[in-house]
Amino acid sequence: MRRRAATAVCILIVLAAVDAALAQPFGMAHRAAPPQFGPLMGWILEKQAEFYRMMSGTIREAKQNGSAAWTLLGISFIYGVFHAAGPGHGKAVISSYLVANNETWKRGVVLSFASAVVQSLTAIVIVGIAAVLLGATAKVMGNTVRVIEEVSYALIILIGLRLLWVKGRALLRLLGQREHEHAHVHRHDRHHHEHGHAHSHGHHHHHEDEEASAWGHAHAPEPSELAGKHWLRRGLSAVIAVGLRPCSGAIIVLVFALAQGLFWIGVASTFVMGIGTAITVAAIASIAVGARGFAGRLAKAKPGAGLIAVRGLETAAAGLIIVFGVALLTGYMMSEQIGLF
Amino acid sequence: MIRAALVAILGLAFVAPALAHPHVWVTMHSELVYDKDGSIVGINQTWAFDDMFSAFATQGLESKVKGQFTREELQPLAQTNVESLKDYDYFTYVTADGQKVALGEPEPGYWLDYTNQILTLHFTLPFKAPLKAKLMKVEIYDPTIFVDFEWAKKDPLHVVDFPHGCKADVVLPREMTYAEGKALSQIPADAQNTTMMWGARFANKILVNCP
Repeated sequence: MRRRAATAVCILIVLAAVDAALAQPFGMAHRAAPPQFGPLMGWILEKQAEFYRMMSGTIREAKQNGSAAWTLLGISFIYGVFHAAGPGHGKAVISSYLVANNETWKRGVVLSFASAVVQSLTAIVIVGIAAVLLGATAKVMGNTVRVIEEVSYALIILIGLRLLWVKGRALLRLLGQREHEHAHVHRHDRHHHEHGHAHSHGHHHHHEDEEASAWGHAHAPEPSELAGKHWLRRGLSAVIAVGLRPCSGAIIVLVFALAQGLFWIGVASTFVMGIGTAITVAAIASIAVGARGFAGRLAKAKPGAGLIAVRGLETAAAGLIIVFGVALLTGYMMSEQIGLF
Repeated sequence: MIRAALVAILGLAFVAPALAHPHVWVTMHSELVYDKDGSIVGINQTWAFDDMFSAFATQGLESKVKGQFTREELQPLAQTNVESLKDYDYFTYVTADGQKVALGEPEPGYWLDYTNQILTLHFTLPFKAPLKAKLMKVEIYDPTIFVDFEWAKKDPLHVVDFPHGCKADVVLPREMTYAEGKALSQIPADAQNTTMMWGARFANKILVNCP
């Protein structure tokens, strides 16, 4: 039981560490070699490219043939599913957020969908205002997206910092208490020797009670307290931070649809893409929540070290959010410069 | 089992941070230009963008005739293209006998044209110094795969004043063979694929052999 708990926690921590290393500037070879990735990622990229490229044909066709619009929505949905499985920070930040906050599976799903809706809306609002109303150029839109991106990445850093502050303090307090407990145990031991055998059982029992109550009445906020009634309002910050950055694909599809005189069909496609994206993100987030829950339950069976490991995991997840934010802001993670051409 | 699945799926969320999603497709024609001494002096590039990106890039541009753009009307955009490509080394990487070769900035006179709703960029990338090599390799790709390059199906490569005895080949990215696919499928889900370069599918190469 203990070993499995340790394994689950270890996997999460190792993953976090590996990713932090990958996201770090020094871990990156800057444009040195052709892209290499595993077969799974290669397949995902291949598939999403396939569906993305099918979109332009169906949008053109929809001008003459209304039923092509339905085909487009189907393609958009599948594209969204594959798109979210590809490289990207959204699901990573959402998953880390859920792990750090010990949110439930259902909340994870709600937050994943909310961030996808926000993301679709940003793309529609940008293209709607810039291209449809103002007739702005691609360059202007690219620059707008860049500013929004930077705000989004800064917000991610802020969320990570806030979580690190809360979780890190909880962890430190827990560690402090444990030291206190250790001291206590030693005193007990001496006590026990002085009193002899007659009282030993009672003392032992007393000690265990005390330890349990010490954990129970810890000053550190309990996960359940933190994940309390305001989860949605608190989660909204993560949703906005992640969803603020629009998908380049959605923007291009919207502008292309506009050029064909079918802006509305681009809007529908963007929302359906968002639903597809949300399903993948929710699935990945659920797995993260599940793994964290599993670790948490096993840790409960072993108070002390287990609880510290779980708090440590939450702190690491908070730290990971900061790493993502910094990597994104400094341009070492994602580089979709839509204003390139 | 559970562990392997966990690693695989959680790994998905974080793999390859520097990768983007392909959103721009470029169909290329390249032309190698040699001088009378038999040294290569430059590469003429013709990059046709996909229809969606062409629509995006021309959004909001002023034109006399709606839906059509002249070379002059597209010149500011061409300038933006070429100037921002500098940061990406024009996605063109050359080695001569294994050594990296420095390329200069595009010559003035680059331009964009817009035909059948497709935007095409024409530019010449000069070598910093005329070059002779036994084996020269020209690769064109975007390491982040935001831009997906592929050779035109027809006449992807042309050579001007090719020295006698030299041979040029375009190496197309190819589909996996059955054996390769099988080998790939046997790599465990939680192991990184280190031996098979799947990314080679995205690599485009010109190989020039000279005596």
